[in-house]
Amino acid sequence: MWVYEKKLLYPVEVTTCNPMLAKYLMEQYGGADGELAAALRYMNQRYTVPDTVIGVLTDISTEEFSHLEMLATMIYKLTKDATPEQLEKAGLGAHFVNHGHSLFYNNAGGVPFTSTYIQSKGDPIADLYEDIAAEEKARATYQWLIDISDDPGVTDALRFLRERENVHSLRFRESVEILKDERDRKKIF
Amino acid sequence: MDQSQFRGTYRPYISPRDPCPPILVKTFVLPPQLFTNFQQPGLTQNSPEEALKQGSLWPQLVDGFSREEGIS
Repeated sequence: MWVYEKKLLYPVEVTTCNPMLAKYLMEQYGGADGELAAALRYMNQRYTVPDTVIGVLTDISTEEFSHLEMLATMIYKLTKDATPEQLEKAGLGAHFVNHGHSLFYNNAGGVPFTSTYIQSKGDPIADLYEDIAAEEKARATYQWLIDISDDPGVTDALRFLRERENVHSLRFRESVEILKDERDRKKIF
Repeated sequence: MDQSQFRGTYRPYISPRDPCPPILVKTFVLPPQLFTNFQQPGLTQNSPEEALKQGSLWPQLVDGFSREEGIS
């Protein structure tokens, strides 16, 4: 169960009408290493990991949804008043004819989201190592987005989001350490 | 901040026929979590305002990537 707070995790300020930047941001919205993939991956894996690390997956998944909300806000603001011509010029012509001004879970290349981006192997170490890799890939994606962004408000929010990937990666690494501690522990139930 | 402790570098092969002006040294990120498998208790904490700005309660987890740094 969740309690929704009607505010963003971090303030998003967009200063330009910039559909091209919106198109690039879609990589983190509906891309393979994006926030939707992360949130769905962790929220699903959480059921079949050892009790000691369930909370980490639930918490991080929840935070990823709040990141998704920030990206949606950025993409919406960058495109909401763009004309069809502007969208077409930015490479969003195909997006416009299918979705109008609405958002969709596509990556920057216009490829729609698919659950094949994520995995749940049912092996705690395999799953946590995938999660660590996902965080590092998201961190790298944010780096390239920061490098290509020419909107200072968006860049500021991207820097925040990138740093959160570092923190999440560390939490998953700690989860692996917690599971490693189970080795050779003689338990009497 | 000093990012250098969280960066690695290497020298790629440079061909005399490279079409673009070659970058002699390539830099990549070695983020803090790589060196902290388990966070120690009692680390210095940011103020709430600074934590929101940096994206982390602990300055030790921040490596300060920026466009100006020019990694790519």
